[in-house]
Formats: sequence, C-alpha cells, structure tokens
Amino acid sequence: MVTERETRDAPPHRIGLWHVGVVVSTAVETPTARSIVLDVPGWGGNIAGQHADVRLTAPNGYQAVRSYSIASAGPSDRVQLAVDRFPTGEVSPYLVDDLLPGDEIELRGPLGGWFVWKPTQTEPVQLIGGGSGIVPLMAMIRSHAASGSTAPFRLLYSVRTPDDAFFRSELETPTAHLEVTWAYTRHAPDGWPRQAGRIARADLSASAFAASLSPAVFVCGPTGFVETVANHLVALGHDPERVKTERFGGA
Amino acid sequence: MAVISRGFTGRSREHNPQLPPGQYLTTDFPVLSAGPTPDVKTADWQFGIRTDDATLHTWNWDELNALPIETIDTDIHCVTRWSKFGTRWRGVSIDTLFADVSTTDRYVMAHSYGGYTTNLPLADILGGKAWIALEFDGQPLDAEHGGPARLLIPHLYFWKSAKWIHSIEMMPTDEPGFWEQNGYNMYGDPWLEQRYW
Repeated sequence: MVTERETRDAPPHRIGLWHVGVVVSTAVETPTARSIVLDVPGWGGNIAGQHADVRLTAPNGYQAVRSYSIASAGPSDRVQLAVDRFPTGEVSPYLVDDLLPGDEIELRGPLGGWFVWKPTQTEPVQLIGGGSGIVPLMAMIRSHAASGSTAPFRLLYSVRTPDDAFFRSELETPTAHLEVTWAYTRHAPDGWPRQAGRIARADLSASAFAASLSPAVFVCGPTGFVETVANHLVALGHDPERVKTERFGGA
Repeated sequence: MAVISRGFTGRSREHNPQLPPGQYLTTDFPVLSAGPTPDVKTADWQFGIRTDDATLHTWNWDELNALPIETIDTDIHCVTRWSKFGTRWRGVSIDTLFADVSTTDRYVMAHSYGGYTTNLPLADILGGKAWIALEFDGQPLDAEHGGPARLLIPHLYFWKSAKWIHSIEMMPTDEPGFWEQNGYNMYGDPWLEQRYW
C-alpha cells in the first residue's frame, strides 16, 4: 500500500497554528447539509483531498474540534467546507443550522497526505463517492479543472435521492475530461435508466475505468458504502494499492 | 486567544477524567482504513517476529490460538477524536510471543496484510501493554475491524493498533510507518494529544 514514491512527496504539514476563519457565505446543498465558504488569512492553500480541523469555542471556554474534508483546493486562503448534519453530533448541527456569514470559527491544517490528488498525476482517475463523501472528490474535480489537467477523470456519485446530491449544478455542468455517472439508491428521477439501488459490481463494470487502465481510484463515503465498493473493485481486478479509501463517520 | 463561536454552547457536560483531551465519547465503533479491507483466511494466516539477526519466529492460526488467551477490558482512543469506553477483547499478550525472542533493538515496525505499517517503541508493546486481539465483544474480529487478528495497544491512539497484523520487525532506530509518513505523530499518546507532526 505504501511506496517510497507516494510517501516521499507527501505534502508539508503546517498544522500547528489555529487560524481564524470568517464565514463569507453559506449555501444549502441538501435538506441536511450545506457548504460554507470561509476566508482564512494565513491558511496558505491545500492539496485536493485534504481536510481541516474545525474548532468551536463556547463563551465558557468549552471547545469542540472535528475534522472536515475540504471541498476546495489550490493556493488560496479561501476555503470551502461542506458539512452534513449528524443528528446527534455536537459540531455539525451548529455548522449546518446556526453559522451565519460574518461569524468566526477556527481552522487548523491542512491535514492528510494520503487521500490526495495532485495535478502532476497523469493517470486516469476514478472517483467514487457516496453522499457527503463527494466533498474531497469535489476538491479533486476542481483542482483537475483549474490546472487544465488532461488526465481522464470519472466520477460515480451515489446518493439516496436527487435532493441528496451535493454540488449538483456544478457537477451537471459539462467539464473537459470529466464524466459523471449518477446512481440513486432510494429513488431516481422519473425515466431514469438505472433502477434505484445500491452500487453493485455491474455499476462499476459499466461506468468505472477498467482495472486494465490502472486508474488511481478514490472511494469516499459511509463505512458500509466504502467497504462494499472497495471489495467490488478488488474483485474486478483493481490493484488494492491503487484504491484509496476514506470512511466518513458522524461528528 | 480562541475566538468565541457565536451561539455555540456545546453539550453541557462535566469533565470526564476518563476522556483524553480533545476526544468525544461514542458508542459506535467507527472504521478508519486507507484502502480496501484485505480478505485474510485463517487457514493461510501467519504471524511472525523478525529480529535484527534475521531470525524469524512464526505462528500459524492454530499455534496462536493454542497460546494463553487473555481478556482485555479497556478504553480506546482514535486520533479522529472518538473514544470508546469499556471495550472487551480477547487476545494473546505480546509478552507471550516475545518469550523466546532476544533482541537488542528498541523499536519495532508492525506490518499488516495489505501493506499497512506502524512504528512503535518495543517498550510500548511489552509489559502487559499490547496484545494480538482475536475477538471483540465476544465475537471473532470482523475483517473491517482488523480480523482475523489485529494489534491492540490501547494506551496509544488506535492507528497504532494495526489491523490485519502480519509481522513485527525489530528496528535499531525509530522509523515512520504509514500514517506517520502521512502527517501523524511518531508516538501518538492520546493523553498528550500527540496527533500530528
């Protein structure tokens, strides 16, 4: 799984400092999720796929910290997060329901040097996301587009219903070298050719890059989704060392 | 120094001395893995300890299960900030496995099926502090939680408790494993919040 090459060019980590981020805007993504754009002076940018620690502080000094994937990439101090509300969580309900433009929260990072894509990579890239697992993949799609990379990208995005898709309009805008396939697990739009259901091996055979092309594969979503998809990919001949996974839990 | 987050109160709680700094309590058992879950059959399973003079001590599944099996009740702490209290495991103490191993090295690299690695001081896996766990909560260990066998080193962040354990290799100096090369701390003491570089 770990090779010299992949680990040696892991990004530098400048994670000691907490930065104050000011909320610029928020947008509803799904009935339970929203995206948040922050200006974070001193952030210094991040690689696609990395995440950030977010710290909230109550008036009595109590603090809570959680990690969230970053939906944006590049050298900017402007960072976009996208957060799904975990009903019994402590931090995500505040970020989804209470945070307003002008509010300040603290961020630290960027974090993580494994589940990342860099524009210097030229091999085909297969992204497979479930629900809010799209967030780090979105950063890769944006980094790919912004860099003018001609590496072929495919996204297979599984959501429960059409209302549950993050970044729908952006993903439906045709983009060079990117193919997007939608899979609906609970109900699909009227007339949709694929019956609603969880991603099966046939979906991967039909719409994912074949193992023979040696794509870099990134799978992100809930644990059960990631387990199932990763097992299918290995059964379809993908080298386990080329399948990177990130599992989301509630926070 | 920290900015107050308008309207954030957090959960009202008293300080729980059982919870390391920056952790929250969960009753779930979240999964964190960097790649696909290896499918390791117990019939093919083998565990080895390799020393500096290239001596290899090995155990197959039946041999491991024939060793004294201990019950471990412990709290566990993941670097992604969840802690889980009162987990029950069964496994073989690393002390038992090192009974006939002689080495002058002070560090080890744990290697997993699937290629994962993590580094540890030898002193942190001896002295009743670490096990090869075979059961969780009365059941054989699920593959996604590291089955058939994983390291259990509860006094360190849980990424040190390598899933799908395959071997322990002695090292003269401390070298970084997988997450340690990808941004996580070389040692990982949850009580000192040693999360990152």
